[in-house]
Amino acid sequence: MKWFKFVKVALQSILKNRMRSLLTMLGVIIGVGSVIALMALGEGSQKDIKTQISSMGTNLLMIHPGAGRSGGVRLGSGSLATISMDDVKALREKSSTLLAVSPNVRVSEQVIAGNANWSTSVEGVSPDYLTIRNYEIASGTFFTERDVRTRAKAAVLGRTVAEELFGDSDPLGARIRVRNVPFKVIGVLAEKGQSSMGNDQDDVIFTPSTTALYRLSDGKTLRVIMASAVSEEKMDAAEKEITQILRAQHKLSDSEEDDFNIRSQTEIINMASQMTGTLTALLSAIAGVSLLVGGIGIMNIMLVSVTERTREIGIRMAVGARGSDIMAQFLVEAIILSLIGGVFGIVTGLSLAFGLGAILGCSVVTNLSVILTAVAFTAGVGVFFGFYPARKAAGLHPIEALRYE
Amino acid sequence: METILLKDAQKIFTLGGEKVHALDGVSLSIMPGDFVAVMGASGSGKSTLMNIFGCLDTLTSGEYFLEGRNVSGMGKKHLADIRNQRIGFVFQGFNLLPRTSALENVQLPLFYNRNKKGLNPKKLAAEALDRVGLANRMSHEPSQLSGGQQQRVAIARALVNDPAIILADEPTGNLDSKTTLDVLTLFKDLNQQGITIVLVTHEADVGEHARRVVAMRDGRIISDDLNGNNAEALAAVQPGTRQEAAS
Ligand SMILES: Nc1ncnc2c1ncn2[C@@H]1O[C@H](COP(=O)(O)OP(=O)(O)O)[C@@H](O)[C@H]1O
Ligand SMILES: [Mg+2]
Repeated sequence: MKWFKFVKVALQSILKNRMRSLLTMLGVIIGVGSVIALMALGEGSQKDIKTQISSMGTNLLMIHPGAGRSGGVRLGSGSLATISMDDVKALREKSSTLLAVSPNVRVSEQVIAGNANWSTSVEGVSPDYLTIRNYEIASGTFFTERDVRTRAKAAVLGRTVAEELFGDSDPLGARIRVRNVPFKVIGVLAEKGQSSMGNDQDDVIFTPSTTALYRLSDGKTLRVIMASAVSEEKMDAAEKEITQILRAQHKLSDSEEDDFNIRSQTEIINMASQMTGTLTALLSAIAGVSLLVGGIGIMNIMLVSVTERTREIGIRMAVGARGSDIMAQFLVEAIILSLIGGVFGIVTGLSLAFGLGAILGCSVVTNLSVILTAVAFTAGVGVFFGFYPARKAAGLHPIEALRYE
Repeated sequence: METILLKDAQKIFTLGGEKVHALDGVSLSIMPGDFVAVMGASGSGKSTLMNIFGCLDTLTSGEYFLEGRNVSGMGKKHLADIRNQRIGFVFQGFNLLPRTSALENVQLPLFYNRNKKGLNPKKLAAEALDRVGLANRMSHEPSQLSGGQQQRVAIARALVNDPAIILADEPTGNLDSKTTLDVLTLFKDLNQQGITIVLVTHEADVGEHARRVVAMRDGRIISDDLNGNNAEALAAVQPGTRQEAAS
């Protein structure tokens, strides 16, 4: 009952000075708002990145040509043809932890179909690539091992390429030309969307690896070898095994460094979430500072309020208010001020998160525990920063308070 | 039992190293039902005396008994409760909460009363306002009331917790002569209803309304007389009321 009255008195005082109260709350609103928005967007984008990376494939391992040495000059990753079709073959034959292995030979080319043309990347892969990368066939078929052996001039188009070259008409069976080599379209892939790096995974043409390697490329350079481990648990083992097999294959002595690089999907996920996590933490810390500043704002206004209402405090004491009553009244006021700011902040933060999420096209994850923490935290800010002014009010001498002009 | 019993009260203020004896050995007793006017020049210690009576301030030395309880030496919390339940204070400057209705102003002491659980504060406040003749001004805020009306609200506030004594420090100091008379008549009426009243004034004609006049100078009581004009009231007061140790 008494607390209810304290709340009422506090609300009255807050409402009597609406503008000032709002300005006081602004710090808390901005602080809580930005924490909530950042958390929601941070968790959302983390989730997006995870799904995007997962969509790259299942239990994916990527073997890039490594930092080799050429006459003492260290060359950057991918600059040498240190991985070969023989490596693919060796991995297939010797590994026990890999489900599928596929080379990837890539050339960027102008592709012509009738009088339409489109610049895209033509990637030579093996039939396993479909499973490794989680692509699906929308119509037609993918090529087979036999096509690989015969260097068949078969092409499977990504959704974007199909649309750019053929518009609404059915590309199946149509002829396209890449560097004057005629290909027959045998399939179209289902849409896959953007990758985590932001490039269009549907802007691609797949052909048998040998076709790309010998008919379009230099006959030896692989961009990457893609492999799928048998299970998530076997990812580490698979990485070790690949290293072993390839070192043996490349006849590297113990003193020599690997001339290839293995990156696993989990590693990429961890890296990405670590990055967004650090960013979120950093921004949240900044938001926390603004919450602190908001708290100091509340303390400041409460001190002003105590001074302004010294006479009122004197009157209340004269009619029998105890110091603790006065203390409670000002504490409640500070807490309410802070809590209202917190609630406004949550609303602003969520609106901001959903607004930005819609504009940027990323997910927004709202987390009840984050919201409750924000509420508890703002109440805490109220108590912490309201305590000193409230104690100051409670310690006033009734006569001096009454005399205050 | 005396409502107020003050024994050799000293109140010393230290201001810039200089000691001011605001009360310099005051002894006084006031019986229930009395109506005392405290008079004296400005600075003679009247307000200091009232603040002591009202438990708003504490003595430097001496003893103060309110309804037989020794107040000197009580803690702040206890003093607050006594102010709340046993004392009604009326100030010269009214001291009402601004932007707050008369009814809510009068309810204020009830809000801090820890002994009145189950009572209806609104009803009690309305009754108190009715007693001071403001039944039709309950929802008015101080700024919408005249000085006399504001002081009546303050008197209603002093009455609402049914105190042992009403202390009024120059309650008519801010009022014109017509309203002064109204307010004094109200005090007289309340006294006739049995309420003990101590009232500070420095106007002689105001003092005439009281039954007993205590005069002060330089922190001492210089005279303590039954008011001639109110001699007939003598009979109404219990014997032994008269202060023996004055001047
Ligand atoms: N808080 C105080 N600090 C210092 N001196 C005070 C204080 N209050 C009162 N005094 C002094 O005590 C004396 C009595 O004051 P007061 O009781 O207010 O007189 P009155 O009410 O009769 O005019 C005066 O000299 C006044 O200056
Ligand atoms: Mg005075």
